[in-house]
Amino acid sequence: MKGERRLRVMVAKPGLDGHDRGARIIARAYRDAGFEVVYTGLHQTPEEIVEAAIQEDVDMLGLSSLAGAHMYLFPRVIELLQEKGAEDIVVCGGGIIPDEDIAKLKSGGVKEIFTPGTPLDEITAWVREHVKPRA
Amino acid sequence: MTKTFNKEIFEEINKGKESWEETCNDAFSCTPERLKRFSTVSDQEIKRIYTPDDIQNHDFMRDLAFPGQYPFTRGVQPSMYRGRLWTMRMFAGLGSASDTNRRFHLLVKEGQTGLSTAFDMPTLMGYDTDAPKARGECGKCGVAIDTLVDMEDLFDGLPIDQITTSMTINPPAAVLWAMYIAMAENRGIDRKVLGGTIQNDMLKEFIAQKTFMCPPEPSLRIITDTVEFGTKEVPRWNTISISGYHIREAGSTAVQELAFTLADGIAYTQAAVERGLNVDDFAPRFSFFFNSHLDFFEEIAKFRAARRMWGKIMRERFNAKSPRSWWLRFHTQTAGCSLTAQQPYNNVVRTALEALAAVLGGTQSLHTNSLDEVLAIPTEEAATIALRTQQIIAEESGVANTIDPLGGSYFVEALTDRMEEEAFEIIRKIDDMGGMLSAIEKNYPQQEIADAAYHYQRRIDELDRTVVGVNKYVTDEDIPVEVLEIDEELERIQMEKTERVKSARDNKRVTEALQRVGEACAGTTNVMEPIIDAVKAHATLQEVCDVFRKVYGEYRDPGIY
Repeated sequence: MKGERRLRVMVAKPGLDGHDRGARIIARAYRDAGFEVVYTGLHQTPEEIVEAAIQEDVDMLGLSSLAGAHMYLFPRVIELLQEKGAEDIVVCGGGIIPDEDIAKLKSGGVKEIFTPGTPLDEITAWVREHVKPRA
Repeated sequence: MTKTFNKEIFEEINKGKESWEETCNDAFSCTPERLKRFSTVSDQEIKRIYTPDDIQNHDFMRDLAFPGQYPFTRGVQPSMYRGRLWTMRMFAGLGSASDTNRRFHLLVKEGQTGLSTAFDMPTLMGYDTDAPKARGECGKCGVAIDTLVDMEDLFDGLPIDQITTSMTINPPAAVLWAMYIAMAENRGIDRKVLGGTIQNDMLKEFIAQKTFMCPPEPSLRIITDTVEFGTKEVPRWNTISISGYHIREAGSTAVQELAFTLADGIAYTQAAVERGLNVDDFAPRFSFFFNSHLDFFEEIAKFRAARRMWGKIMRERFNAKSPRSWWLRFHTQTAGCSLTAQQPYNNVVRTALEALAAVLGGTQSLHTNSLDEVLAIPTEEAATIALRTQQIIAEESGVANTIDPLGGSYFVEALTDRMEEEAFEIIRKIDDMGGMLSAIEKNYPQQEIADAAYHYQRRIDELDRTVVGVNKYVTDEDIPVEVLEIDEELERIQMEKTERVKSARDNKRVTEALQRVGEACAGTTNVMEPIIDAVKAHATLQEVCDVFRKVYGEYRDPGIY
């Protein structure tokens, strides 16, 4: 890893959902794992998130949703990243996401979905393995 | 003084305790204690045993007394459940107003005794279904209400003059309450007879639940308007449900839940007193809403401490004279955050234990979570099992036969005292910061909760706390449960419905009414009557909320983690 810069990750809360306990815990776990962390705070539109992710030049974007709107919000983020030519930013998600939806989201470009009960260290290990600093 | 214990007994008790400790230590030298440290969900350390020594200075009449007597440790009403059981109030809301109306009729038919409404995210945030920000959210986690017509459909055929209705609504609480009043008046029901609750607790939104619209100060002004209006116009309505539930769900400890909630209550009381209202005119209409988490005795002690603390706060700090102002009446919901997506049927058992703690703690009303609530909005079957859980506790278990059955338990009394002491310490800290409003501006409660939530998650990950089915007794097998899905078509149908309402209304009347709302917001006139006029003219929820946003600006999440 010599010479490689630290991973930059963004944790984002798309939509109106206010359940931010998970997102904030994850943000802290990423920070403790040595990543550079940007947390958007609540109530972000997909447009705002994608713009911030590009501006902050992040390597990964983690989306959290617990109020059922993930099937609109997550694909919209992917679509916008593609439009802006930033599809190399790895997108993963977490929250209350039913199994059927996980399959659909993954085939639509979300790299991984973490559901409740996943240990924090497992998530940070996944990030280390699957996300590399963008060129 | 009516000291519970004579001084003389302690010497003998402590001697007995010492010799018991020795035998215990002998036993532990063969088989060590199961854990290095025994602690609650909130990580409060718990001793091996409790004796009168732990509550040495207890004074029965001062610290406990009888139910209905100050300081109300044993319950606010003299008769408690010997007279009337708690209200079984299941929170429900899904899809369209008519979908939720059907669920309400089912719950009433199955023996539920009060209604409780869950709104969808756009409604909670003061947006109409057609707002760009609301895309994909309509009806997902509650019912969508855009106009008075939706409110009328929601309560169609329900006897709102006899049944009480709770509405979990915060930034736009004044608007939804205005719609409820307008709906009743259109049916010919006097607002004076309406009973129910609006949550209307913005401080805990900034702290924990995070549905916000305008900044803290104007939010508190609107709340004070509703308190003033309710006191004069809708005397049977609980104008604020001061909520610890969400504070706990966001990850606080039990003591933090207690302290932050009561500190919020102090801020609302202070604001209404500063408005010139007499504390005994409005305080009896404040109610509370707590979480019941898994740590059985800690929760029971929390409820008992809350009652005693609020009694002291109202009597000593605010000089309230009416015993009704001293009462802490509360609704309880079992802890959503304690449920697991893994092995979901275990959630029935968790909920039963939490509900039992709430009942032993003397709750006035109770919502029991459904086993599938961690996955989606409950199905009818799951909601019915949750209601049956309460009915079994009430009518089969015998726990409601006597009042405060755990009163006098050395352990529960010691825990009650300790939680009161620690929570008052936090309240003092908040007072020193200049009260809850400035504590929030300094992000104090937000940061404290973030720390506690992270600590708790780490304990689970490090197997320091067991979560059955998650970090212990894990099975690979997938246990399928039926999950309720909300029709994606609903969004379009709801938008069309609101469009029809808009095209049939008198737009001039709407514009004028909204202008009066704006003038009230900018000035000092109470906002409630202008809002009732506006919703009667079929102004939409968002049209009224946009007036608030324009006058007061919008609050943005500081993103503390």
